Amino acid sequence: MLIINLIGLGLIVLIIWWFWVYKPQSTQVSDEQGDNSEITVVVKDGVYQPARISLPENKAFKIKFIRKDASPCAASVLFPDLEISADLPINAEFTLQLPALKKGEYAFHCQMKMYSGTVVVK
Amino acid sequence: MNKLTGDQLRNNTQDLIIEGAGCASCVGKIETALKNINGVESAEMNFALRTVSISGNVASEVLIKAVENIGYNAKSASDRSDDELIDEKEVADEKYYASLMKQMWVALALGMPLMIYSLFGGPMTVETPLERGVWLFVGVLCAAIMYFSGKHFYIGAWKSLLNHTANMDTLIALGTGTAWIYSMIVVLFPLALPEMARHVYFEATAMIIGLINLGLALEVKARGKTSEAIKRLIGLQAKTARVVRDKKEIDIAIEQVLLNDIVRVRPGEKVPVDGVVTQGNTSIDESMLTGEPMPVVKAEGDKIVAGTLNKSGSILFKATRVGKDTAIAQIINMVKRAQNSKPPIGRLADIISAYFVPVVMIISIVSALVWLNFGPDPVLAFAVVSATTVLIIACPCALGLATPMSVMVGVGKAAEAGVLIRNGEALQTASKVTAMILDKTGTITEGAPKVTDIIVADESYSEDFILTVAASIESGSEHPLAQAIVDSAIEQNIELENTTDFQAIAGHGVKAMLNGQQLLFGNQKLMLKHSIALNGYVNKAQALAYKAKTPMYLAIDNKLAAIIAVSDPIKSDSIAAIKRLQAIGIRVVMLTGDNRATANAVAKQVGITEVFAEVLPEDKSNKVADLQAQGEIVGMTGDGINDAPALALANVGFAIGTGTDVAIESADITLMRGSLHGLSDAIAVSKATLRNIKQNLFGAFIYNVAGIPFAAGILYPFFGLLLNPVVAGAAMAFSSLTVVSNANRLRLFKPQDH
Ligand SMILES: [Cu+2]
Repeated sequence: MLIINLIGLGLIVLIIWWFWVYKPQSTQVSDEQGDNSEITVVVKDGVYQPARISLPENKAFKIKFIRKDASPCAASVLFPDLEISADLPINAEFTLQLPALKKGEYAFHCQMKMYSGTVVVK
Repeated sequence: MNKLTGDQLRNNTQDLIIEGAGCASCVGKIETALKNINGVESAEMNFALRTVSISGNVASEVLIKAVENIGYNAKSASDRSDDELIDEKEVADEKYYASLMKQMWVALALGMPLMIYSLFGGPMTVETPLERGVWLFVGVLCAAIMYFSGKHFYIGAWKSLLNHTANMDTLIALGTGTAWIYSMIVVLFPLALPEMARHVYFEATAMIIGLINLGLALEVKARGKTSEAIKRLIGLQAKTARVVRDKKEIDIAIEQVLLNDIVRVRPGEKVPVDGVVTQGNTSIDESMLTGEPMPVVKAEGDKIVAGTLNKSGSILFKATRVGKDTAIAQIINMVKRAQNSKPPIGRLADIISAYFVPVVMIISIVSALVWLNFGPDPVLAFAVVSATTVLIIACPCALGLATPMSVMVGVGKAAEAGVLIRNGEALQTASKVTAMILDKTGTITEGAPKVTDIIVADESYSEDFILTVAASIESGSEHPLAQAIVDSAIEQNIELENTTDFQAIAGHGVKAMLNGQQLLFGNQKLMLKHSIALNGYVNKAQALAYKAKTPMYLAIDNKLAAIIAVSDPIKSDSIAAIKRLQAIGIRVVMLTGDNRATANAVAKQVGITEVFAEVLPEDKSNKVADLQAQGEIVGMTGDGINDAPALALANVGFAIGTGTDVAIESADITLMRGSLHGLSDAIAVSKATLRNIKQNLFGAFIYNVAGIPFAAGILYPFFGLLLNPVVAGAAMAFSSLTVVSNANRLRLFKPQDH
């Protein structure tokens, strides 16, 4: 019984670490291309891939979304801090222009928040 | 360079629309420039349509650059229109719905009989070898169904797990997975478990997967309806336009209309793009855009807007805004953006749902541990059931949908009534407005003053003569009242004469010479300054002022000749609209730069008791601040640039934008028609939307949060009850459906009739 309880507690710690403490690596967008920097994000199976994108400061850039998931939730992507929202066509590319941003983290997600990602500006 | 095969080439034809190609000689130039690009096989221009078809494997950006380099504008013709996007979306939704329904039926085909069997007391236990064999078969069947009907949950759960995120898929996958794995352990190693715990839960797994697919399917259907308003707006746009090119009228797709094209609109047709009438006159029904039912007469020089309906005459007009620049396209764009933005009330739900899933996983573990430690026998079965049920019932999708769905419908509903709401925040604040400041000129009144009375004091002058003199002297002035006098003269075909020695005396009026006579035109102060006897005319002027008219004195050679009264008529429905605002308990205040007498007279007519008169433009925002200091949530309504600071400072700025010159980006809320009824409509819609959001959040909360303790078994110690995972699955599936359907109820909402 003690062992089972310990396993349970271990699981809880693992959940906390995995979902909250651990910071996944972000995909860096190089700024060599200047204002034409672009990254492709695939919307599929409940996640944005990549979901954590890091960008240089004060550079406008583009995210090309490719949505391969028919669920209606995946159909829109919102950047609440930037007042940006876009409808993503299914199985097609959609290019979203982001303005030049200041340092900080900008979350993006679908309507239900089932899909979520972050733009990290460094 | 790679050689392309013929097949690849045929697949690589694209069309560009060329702007600025005015002559046939441009054709050769453009074709040559395009053919010179590496990879372009052929380029053929259709001059009449201003399109060029290019074959070759070259990115459209490269082609567009090349055309721009030789001095023309080009755009890709393959950019899909909103119309096509909506159609595509509907087709995709339909397919998705069908596949979800299929997955549902397959899962229920197994789940239903099993559940009925258990409901009628069929033993779900593993005792005999025969039972073991049967349940093993059912277990394998169940796995097949999990693969066929629930694959998307498991893949999604796995992907998001790797991504360090958890979502609805995670909970479903964990819940159904736990139930299945436990049941398989029972079947494969029955002896490892106490006899009482040898219970299988395959029916729960199958039913939950089936029900959630059903819930998703119904949600897809219901969601389609929430975007009806935007579909209607998009439907307003014409699909083709008849343009005059090379002296011929040809029908072309709306995307191909270029700036400055001359376009023909016949009676009964929709105006395809924004423009200015160049020939003919007609009346145009703008109700679809503004909600204003009366058709508007349009003649040469008048602006017309895409999406409106031509009623009577055939006209030619010059395209001034095309494609994404037309007012209707901008409105659609703005409504879409607003629909996807969230009011502050939704942020809480966002924060909750961001942490929700991992928290639920923890609760589920804790509840299993509690059952294991303190529960009655069979502890293991109870632990599994409670853990599964917690996972399933707590899915936060309804919570996530609660706000966006209502905002979507509410903003769309407002747009249908001619009210453009910029974002979710404006929507929420509008519902709380307690005081409304109305600018007088152009908001309560038409904003176009007219001459209403001419009282001749010296009988040797005729009214026409007086108007001629007044208009001649005022033709040099830029004052709006002066403009009214000049307009009246023009209306009566009076020819103006040249004045000399024109002199404007600030705060008084003007002074000039005409045909050797000295003219004075202005207020009482001007007359007193020049010691002109007014006799009984002061009272007559007073009487005019009480009727909200502005009297002006005209003296010729230092003798009073006439009083001319000018007034800015009150909009026909201002009184009713203001009554509506007051009826819902809003404190209505009038604000104007006009003199106190006129302001009070107007206020009295429309039923406003609080008036700020003689307010300088720069002080308007101070009045907003004053009311805010009194604890009011202030809405400010204005029409002009001079109102901008006050509009910005107010909690909600309402701009009166009429037709084409909609101040789309500047205000929180734009009323597309001139009527103040838009204010009450906007407030009513936002109140209804907020109420709807609260209902949704409450509903979602009940399902998700309040459901958890029941799922964990809080009722067991008292009533011996433990929630069935299947019930949890059904509750979860229908929670988001409830939210979407409740949001759809908003579609039926009607702002009060007027
Ligand atoms: Cu869910």
